[in-house]
Amino acid sequence: MGFQLGNVVLTYPNGQRALSRITLGAGRGERVAVIGPSGAGKTSLLRLLGAALRPDDGSIEVLGQGPWRLSARALRRLRSRIGVVYQKPPLPGRQRAITAILAGRLGSWPWWKAIGSLVYPADIAGAEAQLARLDLADRLFERCDRLSGGQLQRVGVARVLYQQPDLILADEPVSAMDPTLSNLTLGQLVDDATARSATLIASLHAVDLALRWFPRIVGLKAGEVVFDLPPVRITEALLRDLYAAETSVPPTQAPEPLALPARGPRNVAACKPQ
Amino acid sequence: MNLDHRALRICTKCLFAMALLATLVVASFAYLSLGLERLLTIDTARELARFLLSFFPPEVSQRYLLKTANATLETLAVSAVGTLLAAAFALLLALPASGRYGSVMRACTRFVLNLLRSVPELIWAALMVLAAGLGPFAGALALAAHTSGVLGRLFAEALENAPAAPAAALVEAGAQPAAAFLYGTLPNVLPQLLSYSLYRWEINIRMAAILGFVGAGGLGQMLYFELSLLHQTQACTVIIAMLLLAALVDGLSAMLRRWLTSA
Amino acid sequence: MQASIVVTTANAHRFDPAARSRATAFVVALLVLWPLLVWSQFHPALLFETRNLAAIAQFLGGFLPPDMSVEFLRHVMRSTIETVAIATAGMSLAFLIAVPLTVANTRALSIARIGPGPGWRMSRVLHVISRGLLVSLRGMPELVWALVFVRALGLGPAAGVLALAITYGGMLAKVYAEILESADTEAARVLLQAGSGRTLALVYGLLPVAASEIVSYTVYRWECALRASVVMGFVGAGGLGQLMDQSMKMMNGAEAATILVVFLLLVLVADAVSAALRRGLA
Repeated sequence: MGFQLGNVVLTYPNGQRALSRITLGAGRGERVAVIGPSGAGKTSLLRLLGAALRPDDGSIEVLGQGPWRLSARALRRLRSRIGVVYQKPPLPGRQRAITAILAGRLGSWPWWKAIGSLVYPADIAGAEAQLARLDLADRLFERCDRLSGGQLQRVGVARVLYQQPDLILADEPVSAMDPTLSNLTLGQLVDDATARSATLIASLHAVDLALRWFPRIVGLKAGEVVFDLPPVRITEALLRDLYAAETSVPPTQAPEPLALPARGPRNVAACKPQ
Repeated sequence: MNLDHRALRICTKCLFAMALLATLVVASFAYLSLGLERLLTIDTARELARFLLSFFPPEVSQRYLLKTANATLETLAVSAVGTLLAAAFALLLALPASGRYGSVMRACTRFVLNLLRSVPELIWAALMVLAAGLGPFAGALALAAHTSGVLGRLFAEALENAPAAPAAALVEAGAQPAAAFLYGTLPNVLPQLLSYSLYRWEINIRMAAILGFVGAGGLGQMLYFELSLLHQTQACTVIIAMLLLAALVDGLSAMLRRWLTSA
Repeated sequence: MQASIVVTTANAHRFDPAARSRATAFVVALLVLWPLLVWSQFHPALLFETRNLAAIAQFLGGFLPPDMSVEFLRHVMRSTIETVAIATAGMSLAFLIAVPLTVANTRALSIARIGPGPGWRMSRVLHVISRGLLVSLRGMPELVWALVFVRALGLGPAAGVLALAITYGGMLAKVYAEILESADTEAARVLLQAGSGRTLALVYGLLPVAASEIVSYTVYRWECALRASVVMGFVGAGGLGQLMDQSMKMMNGAEAATILVVFLLLVLVADAVSAALRRGLA
């Protein structure tokens, strides 16, 4: 279960290589963070895993199935088990947060429930519970175009939490949030994935967040996997190399410089929420 | 030197166009042999003036005002029901016309929509009177037929220009295409669709009034009747009712559209 | 680190705040819809009544084959030319009516914009009168005018031409005024300040800037006039419309089909011609 990519190649329409011979896998319940400079291919990787993009070469298996070998109905069922958190949630402005969140289960609802929910929300308590986990319950009935960037991202996360998928793909889920909220949100995502043994893979721009919340860090640069290590084995040199083209200091969420766990078997970071 | 040449050439094209236009205009008048010179004599002018003055004062007896009010309600209903039916039908046709089901469906539906809106409302009304009998129902159907062509095209364009990301995201989460449309695309385009429909209602109220000329009831049928019997004062009342109704609907529509944009 | 905030049972029965207003709106809509359906005599079943079905079936059945006899086609051609002539003549008269109205309107405005002075108040009055005239002219659909003129002048194209002239004259004047008002007035103002007469300033300053837009709109209106001429024929103002009205009154589906096809072709050709003209003259 989880996912498995074998020698996957993806090319942009203009001919440039997005992903070159990526081999990456994760089992059920694993949590992986993908870090790297802009343009490294993080979003393409996640879109590939979500069966939104088709690889030009190589094998792909998501939740035990090859998505491009499935019938339309089976593909739809597979997709309903995959939840995607977008950096910029594609939510219609005039839609209210509650409708946006409940839309997470459209994949499993019968048609009459979907239509009925437009008239009167089918599960207010359920949606509210998810939003409350992200400290936004008071905005449950607010229109999406009246929410700030960070609030909108949290609504997107709430939708995925409501969907209860077996695989969560998060593309820069906390980019518009301050440190407190980012930690809260990531913590909830990790909690949720752990509780349901769901696989979670998130691309993050801030390295400290990745190190803090994920036991496995994948470094992506120019479409290639540069390293795939637990946080304790990540060194400054590795990070400098990864972000060399972009910046001399690896990007972090917090204003303090990156504090890498010291090397050595005694200081294995727990990577548990505090 | 070059500029003179170009300016001269443009001028010749202009002159040529103007000459052609003048010829066409003169030819039209000649062909019609309107005898407008006849009109410009003092006698005919006086006759025309007398005829136009015979419309005033308008008939204001209570019985007739009641009759006019009835016809006004009928016309209002024709325009409203016609526009509503048109909006529903147009939305149905706009889905394939926006290319969701392939380019063949798109071309076919667009052709149908073009056909619907090319035929003027009055001709539709004459046809509908055959199909549904005399009366306001024929008028409502005629408006529905013509307006669905107009609205269908506007709706299709709105759907094509709507952002595709919300619906695509829902499909990626396993939703059926219909559900993705309702939750992802419709919320974005609904205000625009309503605005188009309200704008069309303003136009339709004027059309509904005159569809009665071919038997579709309402103020139009009354006007045709009164003018046939040369009851000018009654006709004047009906015309005033038409103008007031149009003003009322304009105001209502503007109010609703303002409420839509603010809400 | 914040623990997960779980919603307690105290809030378990939260209601949708929009539900009440939605329900009210729905009830109001029903209350409004019901009388509308009654007044418009909305009876879909009527469409399937035998008498009506027979009538429309017979009429539509006659559509194929459409009447293609040479005699009738000649008739149709003549009517088509008549329709085009009505539209063109009507538009030219409308243009003649629109020009002085526009000048009066824009003149008044230019003076008002420059400020008070001799003749300013008179211009304001003129402005109000001309605006009022335009509104009342535009208020009545051309078909009503056509019907009135048919009663006054008898059947025939004259009624259609006059109806077009009056209604489209008002329409053209309003749009011309808008175009001129929104055009760049710099050149005109320079001329006015340099001491030229008001009309001259209009012609040499404002007109060249707005000319292409004016021409474009006029051509577009001519296309509309063409369609309106056909419609006016139904009340006796000549052209294709009158022919079609006669054919339909005699339930002659074949003739009506031919006329309909010719009408659609006419609209298509006019659309192409108008587009070409607008591109060429712009």
